[in-house]
Amino acid sequence: MLSVKDINVYYGAIHALKGVSFEIKGGEIVTLIGANGAGKSTILKTISGLLKPKSGTIEFAGQPIHGKVAQEIVKRGMSHCPEGRRVFANMSVEENLELGAFLRNDKKGIAEDLESVYVRFPRLRERSKQMAGTLSGGEQQMLAMGRALMARPKLLLLDEPSMGLAPLLVREIFNIVQEINKSGTTVLLVEQNANMALSIAHRAYVIETGKIVLAGAAQELASSDEIKKAYLGG
Amino acid sequence: MNKRFFIGIAISLVFYGVVQALISGEILNDFYIDTLVMLGVNIILAVSLNLINGFTGQFSIGHAGFMSIGAYVSAIMTTNLGYSFPLGLLCGCLAAAVAGLIIGFPTLRLKGDYLAIATLGFGEIIRIVWLNNDYVGGAAGLNGIERVTNWSWIFFGVLVAVVVIQNIVKSTHGRAMISVRENEIAAEAMGINVTKYKVIAFVVGAFFAGMAGAFSAHYFYGIAPTSYNFMKSFEILVFVVLGGLGSTAGTIIGTILLTLLFTYLQDIPEWRMVIYSMILILTMIFRPKGLLGNVDVTKFFKKGGASKNGGTTTTP
Repeated sequence: MLSVKDINVYYGAIHALKGVSFEIKGGEIVTLIGANGAGKSTILKTISGLLKPKSGTIEFAGQPIHGKVAQEIVKRGMSHCPEGRRVFANMSVEENLELGAFLRNDKKGIAEDLESVYVRFPRLRERSKQMAGTLSGGEQQMLAMGRALMARPKLLLLDEPSMGLAPLLVREIFNIVQEINKSGTTVLLVEQNANMALSIAHRAYVIETGKIVLAGAAQELASSDEIKKAYLGG
Repeated sequence: MNKRFFIGIAISLVFYGVVQALISGEILNDFYIDTLVMLGVNIILAVSLNLINGFTGQFSIGHAGFMSIGAYVSAIMTTNLGYSFPLGLLCGCLAAAVAGLIIGFPTLRLKGDYLAIATLGFGEIIRIVWLNNDYVGGAAGLNGIERVTNWSWIFFGVLVAVVVIQNIVKSTHGRAMISVRENEIAAEAMGINVTKYKVIAFVVGAFFAGMAGAFSAHYFYGIAPTSYNFMKSFEILVFVVLGGLGSTAGTIIGTILLTLLFTYLQDIPEWRMVIYSMILILTMIFRPKGLLGNVDVTKFFKKGGASKNGGTTTTP
């Protein structure tokens, strides 16, 4: 579904991604794990068109998308749920969700998807008229995910959905990610919480200073000594 | 277009008729008409700046520059070239809008303070262009402009500006603009073309600033570059901030209060700026988001009211 080949991304003079290549097959959950500043979020931003790679190719559903602007990539069925939640604080929950479907014109489909987001996140229905800025951290994360789903994506990019949440909530969010995946959406998950990410993913890539240093099935990586030492705390 | 919209239009037309009758009956003297024209010009300026600063969240302080383009271009059309006022007005608005487009593309990559400095610089450059151009009278400016602007022009100008901007804000495009203000990265990730909406806000805002410039030029007989310095831009910004960024009703109320205050304080010139500044400071202390900041007044008229969720907002 997505194939990234040898991309190089720079922030000014800083070489942030050094020849990153990986791929995602339809129906998978793939996770990118790594420490702060390794380049995980940069990879997501490059795929979704918020950043432009200097070289390399990105193909989505067989079509090259590198160098395309974000709205064209969203239109092709990829939705990016950015890091740090970033809800529209002074808009209601419902308005936030409606903006997730900004590029769609099928009113009926949008109404159906709004309903299914409310079924998946009952909290959001309770608070649909409330300003998004008044929600708790966990609710804002659910809203950000719901908003990304409103684009009816084939591929969902999730950037650190566990950031700043209590362990119990993290569990809940990850369960929801799994459910979303089971209902047919491919997921690319970026996480610092490697333990949690590896427990739900099919495959994983480990990023270090802008390079992919390890790749494999999530379960294998979770049991490898190297990973345990570096990312799983023992 | 709903019932409330037409009721609003009907009420404002009644207001127009009453004032027009008072003017025709010579009950309102020139002082009041001057004030009404000032109010109208300021409301157009503030409401159009609010589209850029309040709704789209771009910190622009070059509005006097767009206003001066409307004033000069319309005055050149009518006074130097002898065309009719409506044509001059239209050209003034369009020239300002084109300027908004030209300044929009290169500067809208900038954010916050940097955009503010760039727009400030733009306003000053425009002023210097007028100042050093003999065709438009240099420092003395253009004089002998016919007085065409009257209560009808001003009233319908304000009406068009408010209706157009309110309709943009309430449309999907307005939603997109507000989302750009709320969070640019999230907006872009949703597939919203951030640059496009910033440019639209700038072009529409500049168009109406040009309209305000053309009206004031054709009321006060003459224009000079000094009327469009950065103090003028700040004055417009203060109307918007005091009234409430992102609230059209607040902006109008803020503009009316400050314009009237400024007019009536002319009797005590030595205290004028002191009182004016005190009011600004107190407002910012007690209403930091402006008089009606982020309050959507129309919600009060809807069923159920705004009591529950509409009024207060907290940003964590």
